[in-house]
Amino acid sequence: MSIVYKRPEVFTDEYMKYCGGCGHGIINKVIGELIEENNWQEKAVFVWPIGCSVYADKYFKVDSICALHGRAPAVATGVKRATPENLVISYQGDGDLVSEGMSEIMHSAIRGEKFTVVFVNNAIYGMTGGQMAPTTLMGQHTTTSPYGRAEEFTGHPVNMAEIIAGIPGCYYSERVTVNTPGNIRKMKAAIKKAFEYQMEGKGLTFVEVVSPCPTGWNMKPVKALEWLSESVISTYPLGVFKDLGKEEK
Amino acid sequence: MNRVTVNREMCKECEYCLHFCPKKTILKKSDTVNKKGYYAVEAVDMTDCIACGICATVCPEGAIMVEKDV
Ligand SMILES: Cc1ncc(C[n+]2csc(CCOP(=O)(O)OP(=O)(O)O)c2C)c(N)n1
Ligand code: SF4
Ligand code: SF4
Ligand code: SF4
Repeated sequence: MSIVYKRPEVFTDEYMKYCGGCGHGIINKVIGELIEENNWQEKAVFVWPIGCSVYADKYFKVDSICALHGRAPAVATGVKRATPENLVISYQGDGDLVSEGMSEIMHSAIRGEKFTVVFVNNAIYGMTGGQMAPTTLMGQHTTTSPYGRAEEFTGHPVNMAEIIAGIPGCYYSERVTVNTPGNIRKMKAAIKKAFEYQMEGKGLTFVEVVSPCPTGWNMKPVKALEWLSESVISTYPLGVFKDLGKEEK
Repeated sequence: MNRVTVNREMCKECEYCLHFCPKKTILKKSDTVNKKGYYAVEAVDMTDCIACGICATVCPEGAIMVEKDV
């Protein structure tokens, strides 16, 4: 028998607190695979701010720091500057990165900090019970937009991968998703590229993952993936928005 | 024959593996719940399994191990 797939050894036996079908599980798993396949276990340092992934420090046999809500890029800045040889990963939700932490991510990109951001955009505040985020879609129903998100009160969804790509300090920015096995593989390739650029000492690397939150969206997981494919991707188009490595070649 | 092993206690019944597996005879939900109350998926008939690994790729829990008969 040859092993086609086995859960990476970098995971602990801790039971993951994510809801069934949550995109965080898939994204965590892929990052774990990359750390294992590339022997980054001794170099990786996660920064987990507040959001449903805040307990993930218990899931990995990898160094971790928990940060205040939105402040992961500030903590990652310190870790990366003090230990530039490490692979520093700021893993943030959309409530975290786009609401409370907008200043931290923008200034990290402006300063050209050399860590990687994995930005999990599920268009909602998951942990606190499905409130509207700046990334919530037009017309999307949440507990704080029961009639659907309306432009005149709350404006438009925010396309972070494009915004970050527009800042000179950003080296690489791509948006990916987890709605099919093929797209999960593409996500893995994107995060791998970001990590490799970081290990080469390049500027900010940013991977936005459009991710399902079945609980916050009030849908069964398979239905959530369908809604993601039909509606969420049209607001958040997939693709590479900046790749200075490619331009240099 | 190829082998698919599901860690019953890790499964949260999201059904992604059932949805994306190209064959419909291999994976089924069990009749009884695991310790967390989920009707965990199990591999019931391996005849058609091509060991493509898709079920493991989509499983958010990393609950599935796939082995190919070589
Ligand atoms: C300083 C501070 N403000 C607000 C909160 C409350 N809070 C906890 S999680 C959260 C939003 C999380 O949403 P997101 O970042 O999208 O992550 P998700 O849970 O969806 O993965 C908020 C507002 C907090 N814990 N700390
Ligand atoms: S609330 Fe949403 S983001 Fe949080 S664990 Fe559940 S499905 Fe995932
Ligand atoms: S390895 Fe492929 S064919 Fe076999 S159970 Fe998994 S998804 Fe189905
Ligand atoms: S994908 Fe994983 S968690 Fe979801 S039903 Fe299948 S085995 Fe269970």
